[in-house]
Amino acid sequence: MPFRTLWVSLAAALMLQACATLGEGGASRLGLIQQRQTLRCGVSGKIPGFSFLSSDGDYSGLDIDLCRAFAAAFIGDADAIEFRQLTAPERFTALRTGEVDLLSRNTTFNLSRDAAGGNGVSFAPVVFHDGQGLMVKTSRGIRTIDDLNGETICVGSGTTTEQNLNDAFEARGIAYTPIKYQDLNQVVAGYLQGRCAAMTSDRSQLAAARSGFAKPKQHQILEAVLSKEPLAPLSAGGDQRLGDAMRWVVYALITAEELGITKANVGDWLDKANKQTELTRLRRFLGVDGDLGMKLGLEADFVVKTIAATGNYGEIYNRHLGPNSAVPIPRGINQLYRDGGAMTAPPFQ
Amino acid sequence: MKGTRRWLLQLAVVVLLLTLMGVLINNLAVNLLRTGLGLSFSWLSRPTGFALAEHALPYSPSDSYAWALFVGWINSLKVISAGLVAATILGVLAGSARRSTNPLLRALAALYVSVIRQIPLLLQLFFWYFVALLGLPQSNPSPLGSLFTLTNQGIAVLGVHLSVEFTAVLLALSVFTGASIAEVVRGGLDSVPRGQWEAFRSLGLSERLGLRKVVLPQALPAILPGLSSQYLNLAKNSTLAIAIGYSDLYSVSDTSITQTGRAIEGFLLLLLSFLLLNLLINGVMQLLNRAVIRRGQRS
Repeated sequence: MPFRTLWVSLAAALMLQACATLGEGGASRLGLIQQRQTLRCGVSGKIPGFSFLSSDGDYSGLDIDLCRAFAAAFIGDADAIEFRQLTAPERFTALRTGEVDLLSRNTTFNLSRDAAGGNGVSFAPVVFHDGQGLMVKTSRGIRTIDDLNGETICVGSGTTTEQNLNDAFEARGIAYTPIKYQDLNQVVAGYLQGRCAAMTSDRSQLAAARSGFAKPKQHQILEAVLSKEPLAPLSAGGDQRLGDAMRWVVYALITAEELGITKANVGDWLDKANKQTELTRLRRFLGVDGDLGMKLGLEADFVVKTIAATGNYGEIYNRHLGPNSAVPIPRGINQLYRDGGAMTAPPFQ
Repeated sequence: MKGTRRWLLQLAVVVLLLTLMGVLINNLAVNLLRTGLGLSFSWLSRPTGFALAEHALPYSPSDSYAWALFVGWINSLKVISAGLVAATILGVLAGSARRSTNPLLRALAALYVSVIRQIPLLLQLFFWYFVALLGLPQSNPSPLGSLFTLTNQGIAVLGVHLSVEFTAVLLALSVFTGASIAEVVRGGLDSVPRGQWEAFRSLGLSERLGLRKVVLPQALPAILPGLSSQYLNLAKNSTLAIAIGYSDLYSVSDTSITQTGRAIEGFLLLLLSFLLLNLLINGVMQLLNRAVIRRGQRS
């Protein structure tokens, strides 16, 4: 009897070992996504305008629309998504262990995250140029960072925010005390309750938080920008196919805005491309001619499906962050290059 | 024959457990290698680049991660040890009060235990921090002057300054654990035969003296095991401090993990530190337990 137990345990051990080594092959996650017909997208779910779980149980925001664009391009169905809500410290582990296929979660693109010796992930193009800022109560009479000498600052832990704050204050030789909370909601509560003279986070998040305050006008975001925070979607490193597919979906959104192709008129543009053979660039972009989609491992018409699902980049931006949205953030550097911003895309050739 | 069989069975269980553990560890190692997450601790000597609001030892952002984690561990230790003392006092008082002859005291103690034990600790922590302490005025000209000040920036008693975060964690931990200790103490008191109570009362001893000299010493052997498990709980619950911005070990680890991307190593260190801490508490309680039992045997 004991010997039988031993054999069973040994057999179990060998089986588990097999499980551990299986799946080591070089197959791309893109194939897995298409096979399972669902995209697992890691999001924050707590930042109005970017990803926010509304009262009716639906997610919405710029980050969410990017997930939808990816799902439309990869699978052909913008709704075939399982959202996973992840905290800042959880996100990279969730990505590398394969719990999610990709992250669209307010993540700053920087060297140590991108490099193989760091977090080793690969970033898609920047979808929102953000920067860390400071918010203070107007009644405190604080105008610049130097006015914050010796003050207490509320900050969220587990992000680059802490380091940026320290860099900015140390460079100016200003003393400060950081109070670190794990969650942005607690940062806001600590700040509103008067524990800190200022709270710091990305300016987009400050604007989003302020939109929920009882008296938004009594709070002011300082002019100073402590850091560059280019936010981008990302996938696990070492998977070129998925990385490339994501990159060109983002570029497709930007190119569509450049060309004036919108969710409403993408059908007309497709008709036009079908009829007029001389519009070679448009025909390539919309997949009428050439094999651009195939090269990425996607359908030929992935651009059409993406734009039909979410609209172009400008439409996505205006829907969630535009002047008539709940969280208005001036488009600034996030405008097209043509209009004086930093958004541009390489050619679809 | 029966003896051999029993030994074989035990041996098999041990082998099974060891195999299972080996498989799990091997699995972890293989998967870590596969995802390129191979264990490395070299990041511990690098500078952190983040500041800490509270540090009992000198600390600056140019210090190493290892030092920052140690400073965090000291912060944890600080709030845990203060919490142990406060919770014990509170628990013994409330537990004894439940067997007091004074009905008001009995009712108050019963109310304390039942209310506190029904509410999750995290909610209580948020209450103490965001409602009770941060609700205080920014500055108050206290009538006691420099002896005692109480504002939402901190508490100062006789020149000793305690941050609001520390105070909130301490309050939450000791009030919460105090309620459970009160139950342990009450159980211990109930294990002492009624006759002993009647005996000291008939001798004319006061309630307080009788409790201290007659009942509590006899109740102690029944109280100690329950007490040590409450102590261990308190130590573990201290990690909730991260929610309200107290720089304890977990909070420092959390930041270190995100900045270095070394989640597995960070959590291993975290587990190890708490294991060490709790083994320490457990060891002290075991010694105490043995001393109490020995004394009980002598008399």
